[in-house]
Amino acid sequence: MNQVIELEGVSKRYDSAGTPALGPLTLSIAQGEALAVTGPSGSGKSTLLNLIAGLDKPTDGAVIVAGRRIDQLSEHALAKFRREYIGMAFQFFNLLDDLTVIDNIQLPAQLTGTSRRAAATRAHELMEMLGIQKHARAYPGRLSGGERQRVGVARALINRPALLLADEPTGALDTASGHDVRDLLVDLHRGGQSIVLVTHDLALAEACASRTIHLVDGHLALDTYARAVR
Amino acid sequence: MSVFGNGALGRVVRSGVGRRRVQTLVIAVATMMAVASAVVAGSLMVAAAAPFDHAFGRQRGAHITAQFDPAKASAAQLAGTGNLDGVTASAGPYPSTAFRPVDRTGFQMPTLTLVGRSGPDGDVDRVELKSGRWAQKPGEIVLGASFEGPSFEIGSSLRTSDTANAPTLSIVGFAVSASRTADAWAVPEQVDALAAQGSPVTSQMLYRFDSAGTARQILADRAKLAAAVGPGAMLGTQSWLDTKRAADQGAAATVPFVMAFGVLGIVMSVIIVSSVISGAVGTSLRRIGILKAIGFTPREVVRAYVAQALIPAGAGIAVGVVLGNVLAVPLLSDTESVYGTVSLSVAWWVDIAVPAAALLVVALAALVPALRAGRLHTVEAIAVGRAPRTGRGQWAHRALGRLPLPRPVTYGLATPFTHPVRALAMLLAVAFGTVAATFAVGLTSSLSAVGSSQDPESRAAVTVTTVRLNSMAPPPPPPVAGEAPSPSPASSTATTSRPKVADPAKVRAAIKSVAGLKSYYGKLQTDVAVAGVSGSVQASLYEGDSRAGSYDMLSGHWITSRGQVVVPSRFLERTSTKVGDTVRLTYEKESADLRIVGETFDTSGNELEIHADMADFPSARPDTFLVDVDSGVSADEYAQKVAALVQPLGGDATTVPPADQKGVILIMDAMAVLLTLMLVSVAGLGVLNSVVLDTRERVHDLGVCKAIGMSPRQTVSLVLASVAAIGVIGGLLGVPVGYLLHRLVMPVMGRAVGTSMPASVIDVYGPGQLLLLGLGGVVLAMLGALVPASWAARTRTATALRTE
Repeated sequence: MNQVIELEGVSKRYDSAGTPALGPLTLSIAQGEALAVTGPSGSGKSTLLNLIAGLDKPTDGAVIVAGRRIDQLSEHALAKFRREYIGMAFQFFNLLDDLTVIDNIQLPAQLTGTSRRAAATRAHELMEMLGIQKHARAYPGRLSGGERQRVGVARALINRPALLLADEPTGALDTASGHDVRDLLVDLHRGGQSIVLVTHDLALAEACASRTIHLVDGHLALDTYARAVR
Repeated sequence: MSVFGNGALGRVVRSGVGRRRVQTLVIAVATMMAVASAVVAGSLMVAAAAPFDHAFGRQRGAHITAQFDPAKASAAQLAGTGNLDGVTASAGPYPSTAFRPVDRTGFQMPTLTLVGRSGPDGDVDRVELKSGRWAQKPGEIVLGASFEGPSFEIGSSLRTSDTANAPTLSIVGFAVSASRTADAWAVPEQVDALAAQGSPVTSQMLYRFDSAGTARQILADRAKLAAAVGPGAMLGTQSWLDTKRAADQGAAATVPFVMAFGVLGIVMSVIIVSSVISGAVGTSLRRIGILKAIGFTPREVVRAYVAQALIPAGAGIAVGVVLGNVLAVPLLSDTESVYGTVSLSVAWWVDIAVPAAALLVVALAALVPALRAGRLHTVEAIAVGRAPRTGRGQWAHRALGRLPLPRPVTYGLATPFTHPVRALAMLLAVAFGTVAATFAVGLTSSLSAVGSSQDPESRAAVTVTTVRLNSMAPPPPPPVAGEAPSPSPASSTATTSRPKVADPAKVRAAIKSVAGLKSYYGKLQTDVAVAGVSGSVQASLYEGDSRAGSYDMLSGHWITSRGQVVVPSRFLERTSTKVGDTVRLTYEKESADLRIVGETFDTSGNELEIHADMADFPSARPDTFLVDVDSGVSADEYAQKVAALVQPLGGDATTVPPADQKGVILIMDAMAVLLTLMLVSVAGLGVLNSVVLDTRERVHDLGVCKAIGMSPRQTVSLVLASVAAIGVIGGLLGVPVGYLLHRLVMPVMGRAVGTSMPASVIDVYGPGQLLLLGLGGVVLAMLGALVPASWAARTRTATALRTE
């Protein structure tokens, strides 16, 4: 099976004198796998996600995503890499308040140079799929939390990334909206989307992930495979 | 920190200043530049306003300088004139004579007035020594400061005439008399010694009167003096009003120019400092909310934020005052070297008024947003930056997002609409910077045009003369306003021995015989008599087609044939004539009635040079030929070949060196460049500050963009695009305003020196130049945004995403 992510002896220190925030950690994630990363606050979940997304660089070790060693890439190359291979959904959505829903969704496609028409077609396709078509011309400030997260997911998927990273995607949502987002992630995984999901919510992890790792103080404490995604 | 209240308030102020290092630095630097430019502009305005009056008052200048015949008025009789009714002070009699000294290299200077005085002080005309010391014994001389230069230095010597046994005088000092009572001074015994050798001596008396403010009063005072000494004893007088008028002609030109820059600097400083300070407070609303939540009173919040602005501004103001003084001194020194009358130090009240005004502006600029912050409800303030932004600027994002441009660019273009007030401040900064640059470019171009119009001969590639060049007099000393004009090199043929003069016909033949000749004309500078004008008038007589050496014309045209004369405006005024009238000119013994066909643009102060065709005076022969060579022909080689032919005949040939510009033009050029650089820098800092504020506010959004794949280059283009439109609009506004300012100020400057301005001096902007200046607004905005743009591109995405 192809590996979409390979971490080899990765560690990250924010303070050269202190203990590492993460690792050393060696981990492989297969194509099409949905990995949930759980653990208490300060366990290194977000650090791990940032390293995989190329938002941060490890102190030691190698980070290989979609076959490319990204810890050695320049900022420019990392940006291009993220556009092409990675989609990100955030706990607080991180939508741009100045832009309409459709403009937010289209933005990553436009950064890659995709034509306006092609980006719009893909955006409408995703909005339809995620049930937010009617909000296309609205601004994020007018949407509910669940709707905003759907916009965030649509934006993450616009470039058909090999890997979807979701950082506490239900953390800022009410229960009903959380369930919507959970179902969305399940559907995406069923469709073959590789996902790394960082969450405190064990129920969400169990529902969405085919594999769960549990981090404690930056180290891998548990690595379990589910029999099947519900 | 007790000045800020309790210890907690002091800590808040210190941490606020330390935390926003860029803003603190921008406030300090912007204030520094604004204060420095205001000090420079202010001191120059003071210096340029009345340099003659200041120096005249300080030196107790002479209202009337009178020359008496010692044979008809005794020393006692002259001393008694000091007691006449209305005379408040007098000095003299001093022996006075005129002489034409020869310097150590053998060049003969123009005629100088030498006065015998035992010291520089007195009740009237306290001469200021600029360097060296006063003459203490015969054989020593003090020269006017305008002569100081490589040819005349302290310790060097000059001979009193070109005769073989002329006595030698050692230069011991250089001095300035605001009243222009003499060109040189020596001890009285030295003047007497020159008299013994045949130089006529007169007695100089200097007077101050209780009423000498008008020409009528001066005439009345003069009549009293003449009556007191008897008929024929008074040989002549010089009024301080004439000296003042001549001195002010130079200084007056700088006033409108410095005023324009001064006003620009002050307005821009207020805009920039206000926007910087209000921006700093405006971006701290959330922090203000937290402070109030933990118990700070509204008044403490206001004090804390005003103090946070005043600390860096105070530092900037202090450095700015020092910098302004340092920068002003060389400019004042230049002014002083031209006028010899200006104090080298910045006026004390400028050093107090400018920082006080700057502190007031900063305090007021900080107070308005600080009061707003103080009035904010705590919850409201805390919520700032957390709740989604709604409304402002969204329409711009929607509209500009449709433009067929890269998305980061369209996103950036819409950014200014989110903060319209901040964008307006940035726009004004760019516009004022562009105004300053446009005005400065126009001004320096105009001054350059004035400079080149002063010396049309310099347009020729080669000068061929009928005498050897090293037998001609050196250039006259630097121009001194109010001083009698010195003979020009071409007209001065005074030499230590009579030079051999080449036959103009043979020189003409030599010029024609050398390959590469394009065109040439002959010229003779001489004195002529003009009917109705007392004394002689300087004239240039031309042989051949002299259009290449023509002056810029204010009206009419250059001479095209015999029977025509071209004159300066001052000639028309003095003779009450106009273009089309006829005047009679007499050269040697030949007279001709010539029609005035044109009015020249003449900035040579009080010279009165007219131009006519040599054919009107059959005995006139050219002594100089101005030659143009074909393109591709080396002027040096051509000159060498002609020189080889004419030197054996007694003539010479040389390439024409570029014309040196006059001191006042150099001063104004230097001031224009310096003030423009400072204004443009302040404008750039204004943009920098606004973009820093914007970038900091948007750092989270930029982090999101980077997380979803925006590259550092795209981030830079986004930030730069956010100022591009402002740069374009600022350029579009600034260029016409600068253009109009130039058109307004130049004629005022011209009127100040007594002339109109020809189109060649006013219409100095080309379309390409205006376009470039307009683009300068964009460049200014881009340069101001470059640092924050790079910072935005370098900021780590993970950090930016964590930023609230």
